[in-house]
Amino acid sequence: MKRSVAPLFWLPFGAGGMLSALTGPALVLITGLAVPTGIGVSPSFMSFARATAFAQHPVGKLILFGVIALFIWHGAERIYLTLRDMHAGGRLALMWICYGIAGALTFVTVAALVIIGF
Amino acid sequence: MSGPRPYVRPAETLWWAHPPYLAYTLREATGVAVAGYALVLLAGLVSLASGERAYDAWLDFLKSPWSLALHALFLIGMIVHVWTWFRIMPKTMPRLVIGGRLVPQNWITAVGLAMATAAFIIILLVAEWMQP
Repeated sequence: MKRSVAPLFWLPFGAGGMLSALTGPALVLITGLAVPTGIGVSPSFMSFARATAFAQHPVGKLILFGVIALFIWHGAERIYLTLRDMHAGGRLALMWICYGIAGALTFVTVAALVIIGF
Repeated sequence: MSGPRPYVRPAETLWWAHPPYLAYTLREATGVAVAGYALVLLAGLVSLASGERAYDAWLDFLKSPWSLALHALFLIGMIVHVWTWFRIMPKTMPRLVIGGRLVPQNWITAVGLAMATAAFIIILLVAEWMQP
């Protein structure tokens, strides 16, 4: 019997789902609403110098990689399954598009973290 | 082509846009908010790697009304995701038995939502502590 590749994608889907359920609302509130409007947050909270120091620290790198990559893989799995159920295209084509984009963006995340340095 | 053909139940093309499937579609659509938010962060990370000017342009984008509206939508999507995620969790995990008794599904949901609330508060406290 041919083995299904689906379980391979359930792990990042589940990990990303749990991580976003626990951290998503607070992160969106801080980086997307509080920092840009300056409500309750210092204007220099995410300044270039501070953001660089955060992204150069090993813990900061791990947080950025975990949040960005797992959120993307979680979303990619949901979008793939929903488009498949909507019959928006061939199963294999949708799989390649959704997982392909997620894979490419994961690579971009790693590359950016390496370029930012240690 | 001859021979037996499998029966294909006719389905409406837009079945997902009507109840009861609409609830499923909206739940799955939270994945767009989760991935969309990650894309904004990734854009910030790439601009951070490109230098100060690119990064400041990204910060200016975050201040635009478009971005604020987008993040308000992301926040709604995230909250729906938290709610639905912990409602589904007891149905997708193995049955939980403690002390010979089956733990009711809504207890597991309640614990999950309590954890999410605690995590929300902890992250805000950490952010407050990280203030310059």
